[in-house]
Parts: sequence; structure tokens; C-alpha cells
Amino acid sequence: MESVGSIIMYVIIALSIVLFSVLTVATRKILRSATFLLFTLFATAALYFKLDYEFLGAVQIAVYAGGIVVLFVFSIFLTSHPGENSSQLVSRKRALGLFAALATFAVAAFALLYRCGMAMTQLPAMENPKMHEIGKALMGTGEYQYLLPFEAISVLLLACIIGGVVVARKR
Amino acid sequence: MDITIIYYLIPSLIMFCCGVYGFITRRNMIAMLISLELMLNAVDINFVVFNRYLYPENMEGMFFTLFAIAIAAAETALAIAIIINVFRSVKNISASDLSQMKH
Repeated sequence: MESVGSIIMYVIIALSIVLFSVLTVATRKILRSATFLLFTLFATAALYFKLDYEFLGAVQIAVYAGGIVVLFVFSIFLTSHPGENSSQLVSRKRALGLFAALATFAVAAFALLYRCGMAMTQLPAMENPKMHEIGKALMGTGEYQYLLPFEAISVLLLACIIGGVVVARKR
Repeated sequence: MDITIIYYLIPSLIMFCCGVYGFITRRNMIAMLISLELMLNAVDINFVVFNRYLYPENMEGMFFTLFAIAIAAAETALAIAIIINVFRSVKNISASDLSQMKH
């Protein structure tokens, strides 16, 4: 049994996720689209906090909201006039997009409700993962420890830095 | 009322479908990238929710989401570098106008 405050928090988070993600793709001004994406990412971070993953919520805010959205806003300013509307959609293209989205929704929702809808009952009790456990899991080489993907990510980031500099430099 | 696993999966499914719709209909490359971020984010939510409800004693889903966030950041930075480079050469970032890669 969940407390009333928890249910209210859930309703706020779920409604804002749905509302802002619909607005992100529905608005025609590109800068507004980036702003609504920021709100969606904040709502997702709130969801992580509600599910007791504090570190993950902090990473979500720092990397997504602090890094990626700023990158989007700067590139929008560099490449387009922020005030102008995007061109009117061709109705065939809109119909195609709606069809694809609704088909995805129908198939996945059917599978969800049919397969696992009523199976998982309630939130199991969990200790919040402590910071030193997360650090040990990131830096260990044993079972359920993730040193190899950590190093792979660092190589990937290095390659990404070099690639970004090479691609975007002036010739 | 209990908040079961389906209550989290449905909003994330709606977010994913918004991403699919935006990716197909938008012509601006940055808008397509924003839709891609929506889809990635929906998948991250699924990882975390399955981890929390099914295996609360382990942290695999959480670490997978952590690495997915890092990869998404790298991918976005590189894609934006490419978009800015394209904008420099053709003064336009509409995907339908990019018919050749080298000019």
C-alpha cells in the first residue's frame, strides 16, 4: 500500500512526462521543442529519485539537463533563426508518423497488458544504493562489477572528443 | 492503491511513441536528434523500473542506464558537430535537402 503523498508524486511525474514529451514533438518552434525536452528530462530525473536511485537522478540532471540540452540550445542558435516556425507538415508524412507511433503503441501496450500487466504487484523494499557500493561496483572486476564497460566508455569518450574536433574544425 | 510496474511502463511507452512520431515527421536534423533523445530516455526509464521492481537487490539496470546516458551524451556531441559542419557547407540543416554528402 502506497502512501497518499507517494501517489500524488507519481501522478504529477507521470502527467508531466506524458504532457511534455507530447509537446516536444508537437510544437513547431525548435527552441520550444528543446525547452520541453529539458522539462521531460527533469521529470525523468524526478522519477529516478522517486524510485530511490538518487545517484542516477543526479547524473541525469548533470549530464542531460546540464550538458546535452545546453548543447542543443547552442547548436539551434548557430544553425537556425529561433523565432521562425518549421515548415508546415505534409499531411501524408504526418499520417505516416501517426501510423508508426500508434502501431508501436498498440503492439507494445498489448504485449504489456497481456503478458505482465497484473503480474508485478507492488514496490519491493530496497535499501538506497550507497555511494561506496556504486563506486566499488564501477571499479571492480568480479561478478556484477563493471570495470570493463567503464574503461570502454572512457575510450569511447576520447574517440568522441577527437572526432568532434576533427569534424567541426575550420578548414 | 498500489503503483504497479505497468504504471511506470505506460508513460515511458508514450514517450517512446512521441519519439517515433517526431523522428518520422520532423525535417530539421536537430529536431530529429531531440526525438532520438526522447526514445533513448524512454528506454532508460524501462531499465530502471525493471531493475527496481524485479531485482531490487542488484544494480544492473541502474548501471546500464548510467552507461546509456554517457553514450547518449557522446553521440549527441558528435552528431551536433556533424550538423554544424553540414550547416557550414550547405547553409541548411533540413534532412530532405541533403542529397549528397560531399559537395
